[in-house]
Amino acid sequence: METNDKHLIVSALENGTVLDHIPADQVYKALDILDLKGVDHQITIGINLKSKQFGRKGIIKIADRFFADEDLNKLALIAPKATVNIIRNFKVVEKKKLEMPATVEGIARCMNPKCITNHQPVKTRFTTIDNGDSISLLCHYCEKITDTKGIF
Amino acid sequence: MGRSLISIQDFSKEEILHVLEVAKEFEKNRSQKILEGKVVGSLFFEPSTRTRLSFETAVNRLGARVIGFSDATNTSVSKGETLKDTIKMVSNYVDLIVMRHPLEGSSRYASEVASVPVVNAGDGANQHPSQTLLDLYTVMQTQGRLDGLTINMVGDLKYGRTTHSLLQAMSHFNPTFIFTAPDELKMPQEYKTFLDGKGIPYKETGSLEEHLNDCDILYMTRVQQERFNDPMEYEKVKDVYRLTASMLGGVKPNMKILHPLPRVNEIDQDVDDTPYAYYFKQAENGLYVRMAIISYLLGYR
Repeated sequence: METNDKHLIVSALENGTVLDHIPADQVYKALDILDLKGVDHQITIGINLKSKQFGRKGIIKIADRFFADEDLNKLALIAPKATVNIIRNFKVVEKKKLEMPATVEGIARCMNPKCITNHQPVKTRFTTIDNGDSISLLCHYCEKITDTKGIF
Repeated sequence: MGRSLISIQDFSKEEILHVLEVAKEFEKNRSQKILEGKVVGSLFFEPSTRTRLSFETAVNRLGARVIGFSDATNTSVSKGETLKDTIKMVSNYVDLIVMRHPLEGSSRYASEVASVPVVNAGDGANQHPSQTLLDLYTVMQTQGRLDGLTINMVGDLKYGRTTHSLLQAMSHFNPTFIFTAPDELKMPQEYKTFLDGKGIPYKETGSLEEHLNDCDILYMTRVQQERFNDPMEYEKVKDVYRLTASMLGGVKPNMKILHPLPRVNEIDQDVDDTPYAYYFKQAENGLYVRMAIISYLLGYR
């Protein structure tokens, strides 16, 4: 009994998508980026779960929902090391790593207060810059660089 | 949709050199009515007398006509019209739009909604590519070449968009840079990273005297009050450099002083009479370069 406790923390999924290894403090942002607020699917969220790799991690399980790679890759901005498990009939049928998209549209805000995108109804557009341990965004409009910390 | 000029990075090295060649033709003969029957929209959402007059003169000397406004207060912008709608409307009337706007990225956005080419005449502190091209033209004119020159940029290197764009454009031509600025106004790291990536050498100093004698171009800039959010920060640095004729005793004979103008106190009037002063001729060159940009974008040169 005691030894099995940790496996019961997050319930199993019959069909759907599991997003694992999300930094614990980025779980809500991940829900935003995937547009999961207000959907009807059953969603299980875990925050501050113990992880050998990260110390503390977040996990999101979405029942009966599968995503296009293009949408999942947007998560790379906040959770570059996240893994995606596709579950069918209680089994992991596919595991994916995220790939950093070269450009991102409409999901981050430019930090430059004088950027046109903060004043007019313009969809934001950025080129991603990989700094190794972090990601920066080059605004297509004002040409200023925005850090991915605190941009959402 | 035609080709626009929003950022100096939009032009390849070849295109830059082409526009400079074309400008040379216009300097030899400054009235060439090759755009007769065309109409150019001159949309100045914030006032800029020098840039506007230069562009509008260029249009007139090419034989085209100008419509537009020099200030957004008396337009439908003050009624809350979006930039998109203004640009869509004007696009219907004109063959090319010249646009200045206080918000950064506004010209790029305008070029995406416009059905005609857009020339960015300044979008906030971001880009002002016609200024950059006239700077290059002037460097070429004074030195006979663009390659292998030492350029000393002085003043507000943090907010000064002219220095940032000139740095990007000159990076095609194996330059050496000197950045002379107070600590508060140093060249931003992203531009230094850009130079590092291209293997272009640069030195930084806080002293105007230190590198006067080893540069080919002394590019002076004004500390622009309007770019500061904090008035205290402005007061600290506004008069940090003041170039006078007496400081020019040991400079290279080919050295020329450029300045995007208007100047305030950073170049003393007594410098005007030295053979190194070139900023008034530089401003004149703006006309030829803008004629070249407009005729190139419309496919006439």
